[in-house]
Amino acid sequence: MGSKRTARREFLKSSAALAGGFTLGSVAPALGAQQAETHPTHPSTPMIKGDKDEIAYGGRSKYETAVRISHPVGGRPSPDQFGLTFHIATPLQDSVGVITPSSLHYVATTRGAFKPDIDPKEHRLMIHGLVDRPLVFTMEDLKRLPSVTRLHFIECAGNRSSRRATNVQETHGMTSCAEWTGVLLSTLLKECGLKGSAKWFVAEGAEEVKGASSMPIAKAMDDCIVAYGMNGEAVRPQNGYPLRLMVPGFEGIFHTKYLRRIKVVDQYYMNYNDFGHLDQDAKVAALAYQIGPKSVITFPSGGQQLPGKGFYEISGLAWSGGGAIKSVEVSTDGGKKWNKAEFRGTPQRMAHTRFAYGWSWDGNQTELLSRCTDDLGQIQPTREQIAKYWNKPYEATFSVPGLDNSIQPWRIASDGSVTNGNA
Amino acid sequence: MGVSALAQSPTYGIGRTPTPEEVRAWDISISSTGEELPPGHGTAKDGAQVYRAKGCAGCHGAAGVGASAPNLKSKDPTNPDVWARGRILPLRAPFATVVWDYINRGMPLNREGTLTADEVYALTAYLLFINDVIPEDQVLDAQSLPKVKMPIGDKYASLPDWKPRTPRLKGYPY
Repeated sequence: MGSKRTARREFLKSSAALAGGFTLGSVAPALGAQQAETHPTHPSTPMIKGDKDEIAYGGRSKYETAVRISHPVGGRPSPDQFGLTFHIATPLQDSVGVITPSSLHYVATTRGAFKPDIDPKEHRLMIHGLVDRPLVFTMEDLKRLPSVTRLHFIECAGNRSSRRATNVQETHGMTSCAEWTGVLLSTLLKECGLKGSAKWFVAEGAEEVKGASSMPIAKAMDDCIVAYGMNGEAVRPQNGYPLRLMVPGFEGIFHTKYLRRIKVVDQYYMNYNDFGHLDQDAKVAALAYQIGPKSVITFPSGGQQLPGKGFYEISGLAWSGGGAIKSVEVSTDGGKKWNKAEFRGTPQRMAHTRFAYGWSWDGNQTELLSRCTDDLGQIQPTREQIAKYWNKPYEATFSVPGLDNSIQPWRIASDGSVTNGNA
Repeated sequence: MGVSALAQSPTYGIGRTPTPEEVRAWDISISSTGEELPPGHGTAKDGAQVYRAKGCAGCHGAAGVGASAPNLKSKDPTNPDVWARGRILPLRAPFATVVWDYINRGMPLNREGTLTADEVYALTAYLLFINDVIPEDQVLDAQSLPKVKMPIGDKYASLPDWKPRTPRLKGYPY
C-alpha cells in the first residue's frame, strides 16, 4: 500500500533525524547485543487440566492480570451508597487491537455494582408518542428484523486527563470499543411511522431509576442501534442486558442501558439524565452530546518502563464522535515534529482505531504525543489551544471545560520510566 | 428536515400494538407542559410529612442539606445568580415538572416507583417551598405544577440543533 510505504519512508527519515543518523540497520546490532537468555532446547511445559467451567465458557491465562479500576482515581467504592454514579475504567495500557473484551468494557452506573435482573423473555421495548402506530417489541421480534453489526466506541463525558492520573487507565480508561449487533432504530421508527412533528425522542431504561435521556430525532434516523449483541454474544448485564441503545459518537450516558421505551416527542424533555446536561454557557452546551476527535498512546504510556534504548512500536487508539479517523500523527520530541502513523486495521465510523509508529529511542529524555484528524477535518487540540479558546491562562491546573479531547503527553525519562506529561 | 416523508406503512408487520392503557401506564416521561401528569395533588405541608415518613432525611438531611446525598436546599439562597446557588434540583430545574419527573423515577433509594402521585406532588411542593419558589399552602396538581415560575427562568443555554456529519462547535480548536 502506498500510504504504508510513505509512512515507512517517514519513519526511516524521522528515526534518522531523531537518533542522529541512526537507521534500522544500525539498530539491529544494538538489539542483538542484548544479553542472551538461556532456554532448554526441549522444555517440558506443565499441563493444566481443563475444568467443567473452562470447557463451557473459557477464561484467560492466569498470567494475564489486566483489570478494571474505579474512576476517578480514589473513586467511591462499590456498591455505591447513595444512588450516585459509580464508574469503572478499562485497562487501555494492556489493550491490543480495537475491541475491548466485554469483561473489561468500562461501566458507569447509577447504582454501584447493582444491575437489574431482567428475564429477556419478559423484556419489552415500547415505541410510542408522535408515531402513526405505537408498537411493542419482544426480544424475539427484534431478532427477526434486519440487523446491523458495527464497531462503536462508547466514552463517558467524564473521561479526562488530570494531574493526579498516573497511567492511561486513569487518564482515558472511560472509553471502550465493542462490536454491537442489533436493529437500526430508524428501522423500528419507520415501522411505527414518524409524524412530521417529531423533533426529539426520549430513551428510557428498565433499571431502578428508569434513567432517561432526550436526543434529537435526526440522530435516531441516522445511525442509532437497538443492540442485543456485543462482541459476538448477548450484551453483558453491566452493559445493558438484554437491550442497549447505541448512539454512536454521543456521550456514554445517552447509550441507554436496559432499553424499555422510546417516546417520540416534539421538544427537549429534560427527563432525569438531561438535568445533568443543563449548562449556563451556550458554548459548553454546544460541546456536549457529540464527542470530539481524540487519541492517546497506550504503549508506551504512564507507569510503563522501557527496558532500554532501541526500537519500539508506539501504539495507541484514536476515535471521534464526528465520524471515522482520517489520520493520526505521532510526535516523539514533545510536539516539534509530527510523523504520520500507520493504521492497524481499517478506521470505522465512531470506533476506536489502532495506530502505530515505529520509533527508535536514543535513551534521552523526551515526550511522546499523538493527535488525530477525523473525516470532518477536525484536528485534536492541545490543552494550550483549548485554554486560549476559553481565554483562560494555560497552567497546570487548567481544566478543559466540557468534553476533554486534548492531546495527552507521555514523558519518557532517561531511565526509561514513563509518566503523565500533564502532571 | 422532511421527517414526515418517512411516514409510511409498516414494512415487516412485526410488533404488537399496545393498548392506550398500557401506554399510559408505561409513560412516565413528563414534559414541561405537564400533559402526561397523573391526577393527584399535594402541598408543602403534606410533603414535609412524606419527607419524614419515607426516610428522605436519612440521605438528604433533615433540612435537605449537609448529608450524604445531593443538597436539596441552597447554602447561598439569596445569591442573585441562580447558578451560583448550587446544583440544587428544585432551584436549577427550568420547569417544576423536571423536579416531579426526577422524584417519581429516582426516589427513594431502593424503593423507586413506590411513591403515589399524591406523594410526588407533595414532595415536589415541599422542595419548592424550602427554596422559596412557592408558598407553603400552594396546592400542586397536574394543572398548577407546570405553571410554577422557576428561579432559573430562561437563564440556561439551549442546545444547538444537532446535524449528522457536522462539527459540534464552530470556532473550537479542532
